[in-house]
Amino acid sequence: MKALVWHGKEDIRCDTVTDPEIQDPRDAIIKVTSCAICGSDLHLFHNFIPGMLPGDIMGHETMGEVVEVGSGVDGKLKKGDRIVVPFTIICGECDQCKRGNFSVCETTNRKRHLADKVFGHTTAGLFGYTHLTGGYPGGQAEYLRVPFADATHIKVPAGIPDEQLLFLSDIFPTGWQAAAQCDIEPTDTVAIWGCGPVGQMAIRSAILLGANQVIAIDCLPERLSMAEAGGATTINFETESVLERLQELTDGKGPEKCIDCVGMESHVMASLPDTLLDRAKQMVMAESDRPHVLREMIYVCRPGGIISVPGVYSGLSDMLPMGAFMNKGLTMRTGQTHVNRWTDDLLRRIEDGEIDPSFVITHTVPLEQGPEMYQVFRDKRDSCVKVVLKP
Amino acid sequence: MFHFSNIIRTKGDPKIVEGGPSLKQPADQLARALGWFSIGLGVVELFAPRRVTHTLGMEGRETLVRAFGVREIMAGIMSLSVEKNAGLWARVGGDGLDAAALLSGLTSDNPKKGNIALALLMVGGIAVLDYRAAQDTKPRRPPRDARRKLYPNRSGFPKGIESVRTAARQIAAHAGQNEVKQGDERRVP
Ligand SMILES: NC(=O)c1ccc[n+]([C@@H]2O[C@H](COP(=O)([O-])OP(=O)(O)OC[C@H]3O[C@@H](n4cnc5c(N)ncnc54)[C@H](O)[C@@H]3O)[C@@H](O)[C@H]2O)c1
Ligand SMILES: [Zn+2]
Ligand SMILES: [Zn+2]
Repeated sequence: MKALVWHGKEDIRCDTVTDPEIQDPRDAIIKVTSCAICGSDLHLFHNFIPGMLPGDIMGHETMGEVVEVGSGVDGKLKKGDRIVVPFTIICGECDQCKRGNFSVCETTNRKRHLADKVFGHTTAGLFGYTHLTGGYPGGQAEYLRVPFADATHIKVPAGIPDEQLLFLSDIFPTGWQAAAQCDIEPTDTVAIWGCGPVGQMAIRSAILLGANQVIAIDCLPERLSMAEAGGATTINFETESVLERLQELTDGKGPEKCIDCVGMESHVMASLPDTLLDRAKQMVMAESDRPHVLREMIYVCRPGGIISVPGVYSGLSDMLPMGAFMNKGLTMRTGQTHVNRWTDDLLRRIEDGEIDPSFVITHTVPLEQGPEMYQVFRDKRDSCVKVVLKP
Repeated sequence: MFHFSNIIRTKGDPKIVEGGPSLKQPADQLARALGWFSIGLGVVELFAPRRVTHTLGMEGRETLVRAFGVREIMAGIMSLSVEKNAGLWARVGGDGLDAAALLSGLTSDNPKKGNIALALLMVGGIAVLDYRAAQDTKPRRPPRDARRKLYPNRSGFPKGIESVRTAARQIAAHAGQNEVKQGDERRVP
C-alpha cells in the first residue's frame, strides 16, 4: 500500500510499504477513506519531538471502513462498519480508561519502558507519533491496523460525509476539551492563542459552551478571518500588542480563561526577544520548547483564572513566571485529548446540525501529494488551514 | 530493494517495499554539507587557534580566531536546523568577516602571505557556495503583504452563530445560579 513515511527532518515521502496485518486478536484493519495532517505532525516533521525513526508511518487523524477484525474484537466491530479512529489508542479497561482519562491509558503504549523513563509514567499509545508513545504506524496510508480496536474506535453512521466526521479523531474533541476544562461561565472572556485548526475548534467550542466573549490571537489574516467568522474578536500579534488589546477588551481585568492552541513552536520574532532566546537554546539543545504563549497567558490571565493547554510541549521549558502563576492563584489544565470522553456528545451535535467541523478544510488532495502538503501547511502557503488526504 | 529502516521495524509493522521521491533539493544537501563544514572549521578555530594563526603568519590574533570559531559553530548549527536559510546568510556574512581579517594580514612583511592568498581563494569559493545555497533555500512562507484568501463565511455553525449563542444562553439560564458558594466543589474536576 501507499503511505506517508517519515525519513528525517523535513523529509516525508510517499512510499510503497507492506500492508498491515492482524497482529493481535484485538486488532482490526480499516481501509482508510480520509485522513488529515495535524499541527502535531508539523512538530514531528521538524523533528522537535524526540523518538522518531526513519520508516515510521505518519498520521493520527483517520477514518475508514473495517475490512478485517481479529478474533478478540468480540462483536464490538464487524467488517463493513464505518469508524473514525481516535488518535489515542485505548484499552477501555485500565484504571485510567475507566475514569475517562483515555490519553493516559496504562495499557496501550507498547514501548512503555521509554515513556516511564522520560515522563515518569507511561501515557497511551498514539498512532503515527514517536516511539515514546509506542511508535504505532499511522493512518496517512491506504490501510491502518487499529490495535485494541474493540475500544479504540468511534462508530459513525452512513449518510454524513467523511469531512464532517473525520475531525472527531482529534482536533474537534481537542478544541472541545480545551474549552471544557476551562469551566466556562456565561460572563467569561476566553482568550485563545493560535488560530490553526485546533484554535478554530476551540473558538467554536467556547461559543457553544456559552462564553460571553471569545478573543482569538494569531498573525495570519486568513486564519483570523476564519476565527472572526466563528464568533471571535481577533488580535493580530504582529501588528498589535496582545497585552494591551486584551486589557482593553476586558476593562483592564484580563481574560478569565486562556487557551494555548500554539504549543512548542511559537512564532519567532525579533520584537519578541524571548522567542529568539528560546530558539537559540533549542538549537543547542539547552531547551526543548518555546513557551512564549505560556508566559504571555500567565501574565495576562485574570487572577483566579484557568489556563488550558492543548498545545503540545515535548520536554523542558525555561523561564516560566511561576511567581505570577502562584500568586495569582491560577489553575493550569493540560493533556493530550481524552478523545472518546467527548465523541458521543460531539457526534450528536454534528448530527443535529449544531456544528459542521468541515468548515476548517481548505485543501483536499490525493495521498500521493501528502509530502508537498506538509510543506504547504507548514509554510502557510495558499491560505492553507487544514489539509485532508484521500488515499 | 534494501531499506535500512526496515531492520528497526517492530515485527509485523509495515515495511518499505519501494521508496517514493524525497522533496529534498540539492540545495538542502549543500546546506547540510556547509553546516557540518562550518562546525568542523569552528571547532578547529576554537580549540587550536595557534595552529591557524601560525599557518597564516598572524600570531597574536588567537582571540579573534577563537571568536570566529564560535561564530562558525553557531552558523553551522543554524544551517543544519529548520532555519537553515538564516544559518546560510549568517555564513555569507561570516565569509565577509573572514576575508576582511585575512586581508588585514596580507602585509608585505608577512612571510606566510602565500598561505593567506590561498585561504582568501578558499573563502571566496565557499562564499559562492554559501550564497547559492542561501538563495536556493529561501523560506517559502508568503510575505506578509501577499494576497490571501480570507474565510469570512466559514462559521462552522450551520444554523448561524446567533442561534448558537441564544441556545447557550438558555442553557446557562436553566443551570441557574452561577455563583460559587463556599464549599462548592464544582470547580474540582
Ligand atoms: N492536546 C492534543 O491532544 C492535541 C491535538 C492536536 C493538536 N495539538 C497541538 O495543538 C497545537 C496547534 O495545532 P494546529 O493543528 O492548530 O497547528 P497549526 O500549526 O496549524 O497552528 C498553530 C497556530 O499558532 C499560531 N501562532 C504561532 N505563534 C503564536 C503566538 N505567539 N501567538 C498566537 N498564535 C501563534 C500560528 O500562526 C498558527 O496559526 C499544536 O501544538 C499541536 O501539536 C494537541
Ligand atoms: Zn493531532
Ligand atoms: Zn486503558
